[in-house]
Order: sequence, then C-alpha cells, then structure tokens
Amino acid sequence: MSEAVLDSEAGSVPATSGVVEDWSRDKQVFGVPWGKAMMWIFLVSDTFIFSCFLVGYMSVRISTTDPWPIPSEVFALSFGGDPIPLVLIAIMTFILITSSGTMALAVNMGYRKDRKKTFWLMVSTAALGASFVGMQAFEWSKLIIDEGVRPWVNPMGATQFGSSFFMITGFHGLHVSAGVIYLLVIAFRVKNGFYERRGGNYEIVEITGLYWHFVDLVWVFIFAFFYLW
Amino acid sequence: MSYAAIADRDHEREHHEPQTFITKYIWSQDHKVIAIQYGITAIFVGLIALGLSVMMRLQLGFPNEFAFINPENYYQFITMHGMIMVIYLLTALFLGGFGNYLIPLMCGSRDMVFPYMNMLSYWVYLLSVIVLLISFFVPGGSTGAGWTLYPPQAILPGTPGKDLGIVLMLGSLALFIVAFTMGGLNYVTTVLQARCKGMTLMRLPLSVWGIFIATILGLLAFPALLVSAVMMLFDKLLGTSFFMPAISSMGIDPGYTGGSPILFQHLFWFFGHPEVYIVALPAFGLVSDLLSTHARKNIFGYRMMVWAIIAIGGLSFIVWAHHMYVSGMNPYFGFFFATTTLIIAVPTAIKVYNWVLTLWQGNIHLRVPMLFAIGFIFTFIHGGLTGLFLGNVTIDMPLSDTYFVVAHFHMVMGVSPIMVVFGAIYHWWPKISGKMYNETLGKWHFWMTFLGTYAIYLPMHYLGFQGVPRRYYAMGNTEFLPESAQALNASITMAALLVAVAQILFFINIIWSLVKGPKSDPNPWDATTLEWQTPDHPPKHGNWGDKLPVVYRWAYDYSVPGYKDDFIPQNVPPDEAPAGREHGVKH
Repeated sequence: MSEAVLDSEAGSVPATSGVVEDWSRDKQVFGVPWGKAMMWIFLVSDTFIFSCFLVGYMSVRISTTDPWPIPSEVFALSFGGDPIPLVLIAIMTFILITSSGTMALAVNMGYRKDRKKTFWLMVSTAALGASFVGMQAFEWSKLIIDEGVRPWVNPMGATQFGSSFFMITGFHGLHVSAGVIYLLVIAFRVKNGFYERRGGNYEIVEITGLYWHFVDLVWVFIFAFFYLW
Repeated sequence: MSYAAIADRDHEREHHEPQTFITKYIWSQDHKVIAIQYGITAIFVGLIALGLSVMMRLQLGFPNEFAFINPENYYQFITMHGMIMVIYLLTALFLGGFGNYLIPLMCGSRDMVFPYMNMLSYWVYLLSVIVLLISFFVPGGSTGAGWTLYPPQAILPGTPGKDLGIVLMLGSLALFIVAFTMGGLNYVTTVLQARCKGMTLMRLPLSVWGIFIATILGLLAFPALLVSAVMMLFDKLLGTSFFMPAISSMGIDPGYTGGSPILFQHLFWFFGHPEVYIVALPAFGLVSDLLSTHARKNIFGYRMMVWAIIAIGGLSFIVWAHHMYVSGMNPYFGFFFATTTLIIAVPTAIKVYNWVLTLWQGNIHLRVPMLFAIGFIFTFIHGGLTGLFLGNVTIDMPLSDTYFVVAHFHMVMGVSPIMVVFGAIYHWWPKISGKMYNETLGKWHFWMTFLGTYAIYLPMHYLGFQGVPRRYYAMGNTEFLPESAQALNASITMAALLVAVAQILFFINIIWSLVKGPKSDPNPWDATTLEWQTPDHPPKHGNWGDKLPVVYRWAYDYSVPGYKDDFIPQNVPPDEAPAGREHGVKH
C-alpha cells in the first residue's frame, strides 16, 4: 500500500510486527475498489446459504426411512440405445464451465478496454448460462411429467429426493438466471459507453465475473453432492 | 494508491446535497437519516412488543382476571414479543440504527460506500415490519409457535396462526434477511475500505469494532435462518417433508413422512446463537465508549477488547447446540458444545474485567449515559453468570424450559442490550438532534428501569428453581408449586407494569428536548472520537464539509498528562498535543 501511514510518531512500527499490523495500518484493508470488496463479502454470505441447503439435503437424505433413488439411473438419457447415465448433467456442467472460460476472457478484454470483444464475450457467457437454465428446465419437465416426481411426492422412493432436488437446483437456477440478466445489463452498458463516461474503468466486468464464477463453483458442489453421491 | 484516489473522487462527486423535503427526509440516501428511520421504526415495533409482554404478565400475575387473554392469544403474544424484540428491535436498532449513524462518522467517511443500497435496506426492512404487523390481522392471527418456530408444531393444527400467521412470519423474516444483507454489506465494506486518512483498524473506537464484527456474524448466520424459513415454507405450502416426520395430528395423517425436526433446530440455532452476539457485540462496543468517555480514562486493554470481540464472534459459531441439550441429539454433542460454551466465558470475562478496570480510579461523571453503562455491567455479569449454569449439560437438564432460562436470557440479551440502547441514545442524542435532554428525567428513567428490571427477573430465577415451566398460559393445580409462587408472579407483574410505564419518561424527555431543550455544544461530553469533531452540528449531508478529517491518534486519549484539556480528539496533530497512551503503550 502506498498511502502514507500517519503515525503519532515517525516510523514507530518495525516491519516485523506482523500481518495484523500490516492489514490494520492503512485506510483500506484490501487494495481493491469498494464494489469488488462488497461482492466478495456477499459471496461469502451466499456460500453459507448454499452450504445450509446442502447440509440440510444431506441431513434429510440420512434421516428419511424410504430408499433414496439412484441418481445415475434417474438422470440417465437414452438416445435410441442403452440409457447413458448423467449425460445431460455432464453436458450442462460442461456448458457452465465453458461459460466461466468466456467470462474470464471478457474480464481480460475489459481491462484492455476492448469494448466490442468484452461485449460479445459477456453476451456469449450469458447465452451459455441461458442454455444451462434451458436444459435444467428440460430436466425438470422430464422429472415432473415423465417420472411423476413432485416436491411432495416421489414414486421412486423418498419424497425428500424431489423436495431437495427442486429446492436446491431451483435456487441455483435462480442464481444463474439472475446472473444472465446481470451479465446482459453490464454487457450493454459496456457497449454503449456507459463506463467511458465514468472514467473508463472496467472493474465492473470483473465484479460480474466474480459472481458468475461463484455460481459455477456452487454447481460443482451440487453436482458432486447430489448427482454423484 | 490509484484505486483509493478514484474511489474517493467518485464518492465525493456523488454527494450533492439533496434539495427537496422528500429526498432529504424520506427517500434519503444519507446514512444519518437512514439511521434515524431505522431507529424510529425499530422503537415503534419494540413498543408493540413491550405491550405484548405487559399482556403476558397480566395473565401470569392475575390468571383468569382478564377475559380478553385466552391461551391462543397468550402464545401469539409470547411468540411475537420474542421475535420482535430480538430481530426487529435489537438487531435492527443496533446495526441499522447505531451502525448506520456511527460507522461513517466514527471512521471519518462521508457516507456508507453504497448509499443507494443502504436506502433500499431500510425500505425492505420497513416492508418486513409491515408484513409482520399484517400477520396480527389475518384469519387465525399471528403465529403462536414460540419465537423459535419449532416444527412440527409450528405448522400443525393446535398451534395458533398455523396457516397465514406462520407463512407471513417466515416471509417477513426472509425480507428482513434481504434488508439486513444489503445494509450489512455496506457496513462491513465501509469499515474495511472507506476509513479516513490515519484511521487504522487499531485506532477505531470499540463501537465500530463491535458493530463491524456483529455485522459479519449476521452475514454468516442469517443464511441459516433464510434456508430454514424457505424449507419450512415448503413444508407448509407445498407439503414437502424437510422437517416433518410421519406424524398423526389430532387423529389425522397430514401426509408427511421421513423429515427431521432436529434439522430445523440445528439450522435455527446455527443462526440463533450468533444472533445473541449480533445483539451483544454492538452493545459491548458502545458501552466501552460510554464508559471511557464518562470516566475520562482510556479504555483498559484496548487490544484485548478488540481481540475478545473477534474471539467471541468466532466462538459463537460453534456453540449453537447448547440450546438443544434436551432435544434428543447425541449426548456426545453435549460434551463438545458445553466445552465450547464455557470457553466463550474467557473472552467475555476479559471484557467485563476491562470495563471495571476502566472505571477504576477514573474521574467518573454519573451522567445518564454513564448510569446506563454501569447498569449494563451489573445486568450483564448477572445474566452471564447464569449462562454458565445453563451451559453445563447436567445443570441445564432440570433447568431447561423453566423460568430460570427466561430470567437468564432476559438479563443477558434483553435488559443488558436495552441498557446500552438507552445509554447510547442519551449519549449521542446531542449529536443527532443538536439539543440536550433533561438530566433529572433521564435519571428517573434509569433508576426505575434498572431497579424495576431486577424486581422482574431476580424472582424469576427462584421460580425456575421451583420448576415453574416457561410458556405456560396457566399453572392450574400444579402440586409441586407452592402457593407463594403465584404471589411472586403477581409481584413480578407489578414490577413489569412499573417498568413499562417508566419508559414514558424516556419519550417525554425526547419530546421535551426537541421542543424546549437547550442547544447542545458540538462536543458536550468532551469526547475524542470523530463524530464529535464534525464542522457542522448536527452533521450535515457528507459529514465533513470540504475536507475529510485526518486521524493522528487512537480513540481514547483521555486525561493525557501535560495537555490543557483532559481529552485529545483523534484529529489533533501530534505537534499540537502530546502523544497519548495508544494501546496502553507509553510512547
């Protein structure tokens, strides 16, 4: 940190006095803009929300007395031949992780002030996110219409399977949908020069990216705990 | 640093003075106005909760005398009293009220980092309060499940308000959490990133430290409440079975199967125990500043006070199941949670000793804020010690769900924080309004409240030992209770009525002060912290006029030898005043 530290007496703190001293010296604890710091703190809080959902799901999965359906059989799709387990989920996961890649590129292009490329990369991130939500809708409809699973009833076994599934993937899907809207708003602002008028600072692309990567990371945990367990 | 320079410039550019009445006082983005909005709303619902407790006491003191209180109402009164007091009054007042008012002023900032979001925070909070109040008037009334809202009973027939009441309650909580998150992100980011020059973290007044750590606790604990509220709403509205086991309710199978009621208790108390400290830590911080200022002494052991706040905050996340010793969970859990619970007593005791040692040989001015601060030390030690009893599994078993528990938590997180709330309002009232309050009325208010609350809660410990269960509408013919228990209940009710009436003195004082009170000095208590050094009194939008303050010393330079005054404000440069005893080290 280059901000001058104002001491009541010059140079009284030796460099050896540790991390706490360093962090507490300056006007700012983290050398980042306010919005970015706030997004990080929000994501920590949101992590606790998803953790509670997942812990709740694991807890009811243990406590229920009815058998738990086997996810690799439930989430299998057949393309003419034998059903392939988890194929749709694999594609969805691939798409979401790809969208993290385009997002990272968008952040880079944002810092290079290449507004056009930033715009298109953010729009493609949003498109990948939207297709993820679309496939999730397909998966939901398959489960609801073909298998007869509802939050309150499950012909394949424990009712908690349907309740947890719809609740957790639904909450995550809402996060993705919100992210798509967020991405599009920022992308169009980048395109129409909104940030040029505000000093040409494209930190906001990275802040949006933080949220988007977080949503992807959460999906990895949902994938591991719900589909692979 | 380029980031800071840009951030500072942006921030100042956005601070143009609002022109119309509506942008100045209603849709205001000024942290001070938002703080007052939060404060007024919180105190308003708090008065409703006070009224509910009076109704409960009337029934308990004089059973069957009041025909308008039936068992259903009684449970609704209990539930709404607890919920409003803990969340809508104390959490909102400490963080939304004092947090909003004091953080930017004490850190030397112009406002919160995102004022627009700060404004939204208040309006969503107001919405949550409105939803809460609507639940009183829906068919079936508000929920009567107890403030802990335990399933299965919370959503099954037999509990008042099991339909719309509980749904609105959970919805209101979810809104409150959204509001709190928007405000809380602001408070944390402001403390971390927007302090003025020279204001290092270890120079922050303890008020800011307490509110800061409490806000972090809130951001990490409220998610558990949000999740349990969502899951219970699904159980109620969609018929899922997260918390609902296979159960027969009044001879009918409601169709639930295989859920876990204990899961709700774990989730609820993972929120619920940090919530105790969300209320307590701001009180700890504020009272430290009150004691130091009015004893004209630096706070004893500032560094330890900060670390104790952090340690208590951290530990508060691993003690939650001490609320669940009788829930039927694995007894080995009890061993773990009793140990962590008792460990919390160590940093808490450090704080109490340091408060007392701050008073030791101080030049104590027994003004109204100081009286409330010292009253807090009494009630907090009292409630804290009974907490040690209840933290032990074997002692908790017989005392659980008796009036001993009621006495304990009212002393430690009811009366104690309220003492600080009053002390802090009296202390900062001159800054908020620019007027002085009436000292005599304030002293009457303190003594009636302080002695009155002891008259209420001390006998409750005894009732608890006798085995009087909490949450009962009436005792009926309970053989193990002597008749004198009823006499005691009647006397508690009389004391409670007295305390409730005494609060009128507070409001008379506020109104008197606003209408006829003398103008106050900009710094009536000769305090060192930045909020008393503002160029305008009361501070205007943007707080600091043209130039942000620069801080050269910690917040507790009182009675420094060799200086003309017995206090040196934080923004006095070292060439104008001697270096004080920053962190207890004599330079």
